[in-house]
Amino acid sequence: METVDLQKTPLREFNQKLHDLQGSSDKAEFKVLNPRGKHAVASGIDAPVSVEIDGSVGYYCASMNKQADVVVNGSAGVGLAENIMSGKVHVKGDASSSAAATGIGGMVIIDGNASSRCGISNRGVDIVVKGNVGHMSGFMAQAGNLVVLGDAGDAFGDSIYEAKLFVRGSVKSLGADCIEKEMRDEHKETLRKILDEAGIGEEVDVNEFKRYGSARQLYNFKIDNLEAY
Amino acid sequence: MSGEGRWVHSPPRPSATFDEYAIAEIQRAAATGIYDIRGAGAKRKVPHFDDLLFLGASMTRYPLEGYREKCSTEVTLGTRYAKNPIHLKIPITIAGMSFGSLSGPAKEALGRGANAVGTSTTTGDGGMTPEERGHSKTLVYQVLPSRYGMNPDDLRKADALEVVVGQGAKPGGGGMLLGQKISDRVAEMRTLPKGIDQRSACRHPDWTGCDDLEIKIGELRELTDWKVPIYVKVGASRPYFDTALAVKAGADVVVLDGMQGGTAATQEVFIEHIGLPILSAIRPAVQALQDLDMHREVQLIVSGGIRTGADVAKALALGADAVSIGCAALIALGDNSPHLAEEYAKLGTRPGCYDDWHEGRDPAGITTQDPELYKRFDPVEGGRRLANYLSVLTLEAQTIARANGKNHVNHLEPEDLVALTVEAAAMAQVPLAGTNWIPGKTGDQF
Repeated sequence: METVDLQKTPLREFNQKLHDLQGSSDKAEFKVLNPRGKHAVASGIDAPVSVEIDGSVGYYCASMNKQADVVVNGSAGVGLAENIMSGKVHVKGDASSSAAATGIGGMVIIDGNASSRCGISNRGVDIVVKGNVGHMSGFMAQAGNLVVLGDAGDAFGDSIYEAKLFVRGSVKSLGADCIEKEMRDEHKETLRKILDEAGIGEEVDVNEFKRYGSARQLYNFKIDNLEAY
Repeated sequence: MSGEGRWVHSPPRPSATFDEYAIAEIQRAAATGIYDIRGAGAKRKVPHFDDLLFLGASMTRYPLEGYREKCSTEVTLGTRYAKNPIHLKIPITIAGMSFGSLSGPAKEALGRGANAVGTSTTTGDGGMTPEERGHSKTLVYQVLPSRYGMNPDDLRKADALEVVVGQGAKPGGGGMLLGQKISDRVAEMRTLPKGIDQRSACRHPDWTGCDDLEIKIGELRELTDWKVPIYVKVGASRPYFDTALAVKAGADVVVLDGMQGGTAATQEVFIEHIGLPILSAIRPAVQALQDLDMHREVQLIVSGGIRTGADVAKALALGADAVSIGCAALIALGDNSPHLAEEYAKLGTRPGCYDDWHEGRDPAGITTQDPELYKRFDPVEGGRRLANYLSVLTLEAQTIARANGKNHVNHLEPEDLVALTVEAAAMAQVPLAGTNWIPGKTGDQF
């Protein structure tokens, strides 16, 4: 394992080193010290590497991640793992707004709470938040899954498309076109797989969750829906 | 009719306020209960480049010889931070237009035409297609609020990135692609069900405000290893502050789009009533760059209603580094062509007026995803026509530059211009023709 101290090594140099591994099958391991809220730490990796960051990071940590396994032993700023393609990003603390925004694949795990707009415009990433999520989470989410073990804030799933939202706790309010949906066996199976992948399949009961998704009433403009617009 | 009969009724008098269009729109609204949606940009008459004239050379200015003395046109964009700035042979770029709003062959033609004359094309709300990348030597990749199709692989294939904050046709509005244009391929690229109306977000999902944008641009630079220029595109709205804030956020290039700039589909009321004409936006943007000592270091691209080489030259004279064309490029490809008159008539319109680009029924095969329609369009021929048109724009701008004694089109300057109207004089901050009066300015202007 290589240790990188961001108090000594410029972030640009570290990110370039990660980018230079693109296309290689090198399963290199990095330990990052002193991130001290820097932005775009470990962004844009496209290699099966492991990065463990000791401390809290700023905006866009592990953004557009492909293949890599990134762990943050701290909290993360806005846009954690935005546009993640594959791999896994695990934050042991809390995450700020827009965690996993526009993610296409892979998994994002947040042990604490996630702020507003968690999983906004989700296009396929699986997100597991062990605490609560803030308002407008799941906004315009197109695909993928958002699993919340705690509570969800206001306007949950507003303007949602085909993403699936699972909440174990309460939902303060649902956004436009988002409704509670039947939790059928296939959904429980989907949820179970996600929880297993997140390493908590044994300790969490899928039967405690409710499922939310699109009523599909706003998919095409209808004058009858005027009050919803 | 006796001579007295004519005094019984006054002749039919149309209202200037309730004109033919206003009445028809009230009737349409009453019949349907929904606002009108269309493509293209503002159609109302606004102060424009037509209201400016070049002075040419005279006793105090020496012209350059036409066809003999060189007048350069190349421009470099992205010199502030990018390792690999964009070098264009002409200062006229192709604006962002999505695959989805345009057919695949139309996007290909834009690339072919731009390549032929050495300029760039731009993706749009829907991502980058392999055909587009393959046919565009220099391709700008838009980072839009929707992030449809956004991925790091395409990001790294781009020659420049353009963070779209807004566009001239709808500052403050998101994208719209109606269900009839969502083919299987478009739906797959955007990760959405086929046939639904796609209302792209109007706000970016992962940043809000200028301070965030600075961090976002920093991230994009990290993702691309600081190689490519990063543009910030704004609709003409508050051009002084928007330009200053884009510079503060770290933009290499500011793209400023006036209300005449086109859209694939937007509410008519939005297009016609929100945003500024490009004529009024250029000087404030240039002033912001000058106040920050960034004019020519951060390049300014302006767009919205560029039609001729004169428009190009005037935009450059007001301080822009380059211009961008969208609607004009589509017209060059064959949009609104007279030979389609019969088919336009079936759609209830005529050549020169067709703007229902959102319906996907374009008989020219350009703004459609219908294979029967887009196979009519020949991308090689379309590319050739666009290249011809871009060449003419360039020749015209060179002609004007030489006449004003400039050996580079970017040497044109405001003092080469006068205005024909008080409004244009105030907006462009050049004297009213025959006077030394610039409205809003005091003191000796000579």
